Amino acid sequence: MTDWERRSVVRVVPPLRPRKLAKVPFVELAEGRLQGVVSSGSDIARVYVSSIAAGTHTYSCGTNNNRPCGGLSGAPCKHLQALVTEAVLQYGLDRVARYLRVDVGEGEDLLSRLDGAPERAPAAGVFSRFLRHLAYLELPDTTEPIAELQWFPATRAVR
Amino acid sequence: MLGVQLAALLDGEVPGVAEALDLVDGFDDALVHGLARLDEEQAGRLAALAGALRDTPLGPAVGEAVEKITAGSIGEQELAALAGARTTLLGAVHDARLARFDAALGRARDTWEEPPASPPVEGPLGAGRSWLQELAITGWRGVDHDLVSAADQAVSALLDEPALRGPAVLLDGLAAELRASCPVATMDRVPARRWADLWARALLLLQPGTSGTRPAGAVSGRLLPLGVDVHEHGTAVQIQVHGVLEPTDGSPTRLVRASVAAAKVDTIVGPAVWRLLDGHPVLLKALAEHRSVDLAEVPVTAGGDLIWQDDRATPGEPADPFATARLRLSDALAPAVPPLERHPVRIAEPVLVEGYTIDGDALTLDGHTLAVDLERLPGCGPLTPELVAASSTCVGLVRWEAGRWTLQPLAVQATVKRKTVEAHGGDWALGPTDPKVAKAEAKAGDAVAVLRERAGRLLRR
Ligand SMILES: [Zn+2]
Repeated sequence: MTDWERRSVVRVVPPLRPRKLAKVPFVELAEGRLQGVVSSGSDIARVYVSSIAAGTHTYSCGTNNNRPCGGLSGAPCKHLQALVTEAVLQYGLDRVARYLRVDVGEGEDLLSRLDGAPERAPAAGVFSRFLRHLAYLELPDTTEPIAELQWFPATRAVR
Repeated sequence: MLGVQLAALLDGEVPGVAEALDLVDGFDDALVHGLARLDEEQAGRLAALAGALRDTPLGPAVGEAVEKITAGSIGEQELAALAGARTTLLGAVHDARLARFDAALGRARDTWEEPPASPPVEGPLGAGRSWLQELAITGWRGVDHDLVSAADQAVSALLDEPALRGPAVLLDGLAAELRASCPVATMDRVPARRWADLWARALLLLQPGTSGTRPAGAVSGRLLPLGVDVHEHGTAVQIQVHGVLEPTDGSPTRLVRASVAAAKVDTIVGPAVWRLLDGHPVLLKALAEHRSVDLAEVPVTAGGDLIWQDDRATPGEPADPFATARLRLSDALAPAVPPLERHPVRIAEPVLVEGYTIDGDALTLDGHTLAVDLERLPGCGPLTPELVAASSTCVGLVRWEAGRWTLQPLAVQATVKRKTVEAHGGDWALGPTDPKVAKAEAKAGDAVAVLRERAGRLLRR
């Protein structure tokens, strides 16, 4: 074993960069997709669930009630564009491109390098993951010490 | 900490530590490949682990567990015995290292007194244990998306029980690391010690009766903060204030810690995390304004942890943490470490270091060199590697990590452009004081408010 493998404290999850959350409150690289939730520009109570599959690059967009997005006509809609833009801000271009398995040069537009077709993906799973994500903010804080967090030191910010 | 104390700290190996860690490595390597497919060498190293503990109270259980596991029978009981064995070894390493620190610094430490028993925390412990069992059988190298997702339900159930927040954030943190590493089979290398640490700790906390905090009494007096240590992963943040307590009952001055932890999401980072802790304004004000705090009957554990209650705290006079460290630290009684928390990562001893030089991440004091941990400078505060490099006085935590002693800066005095400047980790507790950072924060918008609005609208429909 190397010294790194013998360390109790190493950074395994790369740090995220801060970004504005209003337009795209939720982005994740999970379940083999870049997926997330995009706020509707017109209706404050409506959100769109957008996703792009790794490898095949098929894409999908619809409301959280599974109504297809009207902007999907053979090309990614503005929700998917916003999803990709915010994912690159949050994770960095390299990490998103590696996850989706696509070659993108420095300064190239990731979306234009994807050649998938639209394919309906169920929104319910992603939407419930988003709700689970939001539910963290509803948990009460605690003043009992959590010794387990000694394994998770806060580290420098990425600016 | 004086040069001669640093010299004593660094002076030679502690006997037995390398041997204990070698046995831990054997277990950790087995967990990389999975207990269901142990080869002869891995089985031999597990047997060596059992052999080393043969004459301890754990001995018979561990011996039997290794035999069964090697024969392919990997039950919860066997795994708990192995986790206990590994924890015992690392506990011994912790004790040896902390004793070395106390001897070198001349730090007096309280003896452990078992607090009065309280009813065990009831809760959904079984689902987490089953997940940990699956992980152990499969091995880190076999972890895929499906196995990671299987943790979600266990984590959600644990999060609903406030007394089980410890195991909940631990499992959640481990699952997030595995998710980010999936499929683990393609990783160049696996953080074997770390993941085994988290696995073993979680398995112990999920045994009935091990979780939950028990206060040993209550204290009144003046708290003089030394600095703040910040812990964070995607869905949790904790601030831990280290300070000196002057009890009003005339008992000796003692070292204590006050902690506040909040759940969060991964997109809340940097100075925004303070917003999640704003239910504790007295503590935040004390950090931001360098003030003492007067405490009235605040519960405290036998391990020196205050169970913070903001309504029993009153902001006091200005109190310079450097002065506190200079005048009060050397006489303060350090708390005992709770038996279940004995692990090298738990070592975090406040010290004052003055009159050193720094080159890169190496601090030199009277010819003795100590590594400075430049990674542990939280993004929610003003400490930067540049400031640390320009510093000559530091309040920090001495830790033992990766086989060496390190210093984690909590506050520094530095010379920048011929001016003396100070930076403390908690300076931004009430908002960034650096105009550039404040402007960037304002531009990015209030992440906490945006998500709370979304939660309010979408969760309660
Ligand atoms: Zn759309």
